Amino acid sequence: MSYRVHVRVVPRAGLLDPQGQAVEHALSALGFQEAGSVRIGKAIELEVRARSREEAEQAARRMCEKLLANPVTEDYSLEVEA
Amino acid sequence: MLRVAVVRFPGSNCDFDTLHSAQRAGTEAYFVWHRDTDLRGADFVLLPGGFSYGDYLRSGAIARFSPIMSAVQRHAEAGGPVLGICNGFQILCEAGMLPGALMRNARLTFASRPVSIRVEQTDTAFTNQYQEGAILRMPVASGDGRFVADSETLRRLETERRIVVRYVRPDGSAANGENPNGSVHDIAGICNTRGNIVGLMPHPDRASDPALGPAHGAGFFTSMLTWDHVAKGAR
Repeated sequence: MSYRVHVRVVPRAGLLDPQGQAVEHALSALGFQEAGSVRIGKAIELEVRARSREEAEQAARRMCEKLLANPVTEDYSLEVEA
Repeated sequence: MLRVAVVRFPGSNCDFDTLHSAQRAGTEAYFVWHRDTDLRGADFVLLPGGFSYGDYLRSGAIARFSPIMSAVQRHAEAGGPVLGICNGFQILCEAGMLPGALMRNARLTFASRPVSIRVEQTDTAFTNQYQEGAILRMPVASGDGRFVADSETLRRLETERRIVVRYVRPDGSAANGENPNGSVHDIAGICNTRGNIVGLMPHPDRASDPALGPAHGAGFFTSMLTWDHVAKGAR
């Protein structure tokens, strides 16, 4: 079976995210005063071959820990399509 | 003669500056390719600046999986000295050979200008030719130069005196955060506990030949000649 996995990687809370800040200022300049706490990260999509959804999720988690996210500066979350 | 391997990755662009600086210091320096698996008897390994693998994913994230990096890790574990300059520093952090990480500059701009740094640790393979407290002037050229680490790692770096160079004002006074990229504690370069692995963001390779201006960075390369790395391996 092949499972579609969506990985979201964001800068760890508390670390300065200058891109997020710049976009927040731009939103505010456009009149979107209601926007705040903007963080900019990455979305990574991949197909994972596995026997079950759980196995696909475990494999994707290992990929995040080894490569897709930097454990010092980033947090990740992932979702496996049914 | 000391044998010095300069590792070239696809996207390295300071490889010739680094090779030239090492040769000028009086070493036998040569290139190794990222797909090589052998350092060909290197006493020292230099990871030059550039944009290995286009900085895809994160700066240094892909280069760390190059075949040559297994050899570099074995070399370092045996006490062999490794210097990472700019992108080389990013690779060493991504590989877990140095703690912390390098993130996007606080002001988002690519910082390309001369900076002043103070030498704070001289007991390393690459800074033993400097006096402690020496103020050096050399360029930075990086977009991802902001050093970050968790508070426990920072505490250890400070108490173990592993901050090798720190950004200062041109007169040598503390930068107090006004550094080129927003690095915590004004950190420009660090070393591991044994002092054989050093990484820094500024470019000594671009300030090591008097033909191009003050050669404040030459000491990083001449230090290799005076480092007894066999004795230091047990530090």
